[in-house]
Amino acid sequence: MEHYNMNLTLKIWRQKNVNAKGGFETYKVTDISSEMSFLEMIDVLNEDLINEGKDPIAFDHDCREGICGSCSMYINGKPHGPWKATTVCQLHMRAFKDGETIVVEPWRANSFPVVKDLVVDRSAFDRIIQAGGYISVNTGNAVDGNSIPVDKDKADKSFAAAACIACGACVAACKNSSAMLFVSAKISHLALLPQGHPERKSRAINMVAQMDKEGFGSCTNIGACEATCPKEIQITNIARLNAEYLSASLSSDKD
Amino acid sequence: MTWKQMFTSSIGQKFVMAITGIFLITFLVVHVGLNACIWANDNGEMFNTGANFMASMLVIRIMEVVLFAGIIIHTIQGLVLTAANNSKRKVGYAVEYGNRGSKWYSRSMGLLGTLLLLFLIMHIYHFWVPSRLGGIANIKPLQEIDYSNGLGKQYHNLYLEMIQVFQNPLIVILYVLGCISLAYHLMHGFESAFRTIGLHNNRYLKMLRHLGRGFAIIVSAAFAMMPISIYLGWVK
Repeated sequence: MEHYNMNLTLKIWRQKNVNAKGGFETYKVTDISSEMSFLEMIDVLNEDLINEGKDPIAFDHDCREGICGSCSMYINGKPHGPWKATTVCQLHMRAFKDGETIVVEPWRANSFPVVKDLVVDRSAFDRIIQAGGYISVNTGNAVDGNSIPVDKDKADKSFAAAACIACGACVAACKNSSAMLFVSAKISHLALLPQGHPERKSRAINMVAQMDKEGFGSCTNIGACEATCPKEIQITNIARLNAEYLSASLSSDKD
Repeated sequence: MTWKQMFTSSIGQKFVMAITGIFLITFLVVHVGLNACIWANDNGEMFNTGANFMASMLVIRIMEVVLFAGIIIHTIQGLVLTAANNSKRKVGYAVEYGNRGSKWYSRSMGLLGTLLLLFLIMHIYHFWVPSRLGGIANIKPLQEIDYSNGLGKQYHNLYLEMIQVFQNPLIVILYVLGCISLAYHLMHGFESAFRTIGLHNNRYLKMLRHLGRGFAIIVSAAFAMMPISIYLGWVK
């Protein structure tokens, strides 16, 4: 692949804190290598800002290898930028051309308040997981991994759902700010495995209740989440979530 | 989990939309089938006889109430959900997400539904009101027609009402626009309703996607052809 350098204009959302009114700032970056990742390009810009005595741009990042789900930039109208099935850290600058203007915004949803610049508070996802995204296991020695047989097809589907890194791109892309792709991935991951069965019903009820409490919207099956998901979580999981939730609530004992 | 908790949850509210939506879809099958009798070209005898049979059957009278309840619940729940969903992102994006991964009509179910509601009000005023409430207060009753060879059995001439209403080209255009809204509403709604009630087997979802699109196009086109064929004088 041809290596080239480029000059870019960046319009980046700057916001001091959760209560401050933010706005776009325009920055020029020069001699950006096409081999850099998008985050490395921001690192270069931040070096310049620090040298000028200015406040660097705050953004979330951790593993920089596409598995932690920290990076969360809405680039040119798309969560995680223009590439399919890619996180921002794996997005490389060869996705852009010399002279381009790139607009970078934080995730937008009431349930994801902006903490600073491009950093949003995604602890709503943690609270949804705490509400039911776990299984019960006995303490003591680890049991033999093969002691409970698992159907291969279900194991594959469960594994595909478990690939969700909880980055929040589904919420960012959804016109309803719905978190259902995330919740459905977590529910499917456990509901498809025998280990997830003891809490299967309470999990669906409690995680959906927490999701509603956090103020996420409801799913209208448009498919924007599936199209933008860096881990290609399928929207079919949302239909499975609906089935899990409805069967759990319809078979509930309370009147 | 109480009933209230279930039906006020995000999925519970979607469930209400799906169940009422599927019920309204089944109604369309009956409606389009009966109305297609106008193409028998027998001066409306088959159509009027059929309509009279429906009107005089207790089951259908009860289902009429259920139908109105279904439309009202689907409308109110739809408006409540749309308003709630639209309020979940107070600060919007500078660059919009656009149509990647979703169709415009999938994102416009609220708008299409509102257009359908306006259409329904006009439609009920044109046919249901004179047929069911004709003679009460100042509402003009439908003409009566006798198909019983002098045995004295009188039928509402709903067929004549259709012929008269669809002489106005503006009304024909409004009806065709209503049918187009219906087609797009069903293009998304048919499959989405089954997803919402929890159907997640890929083989059935694929089947329902094709079935839903076929249903949306065929049923809406059949409905649209009714005012058009009457206006153009193809129905005798």
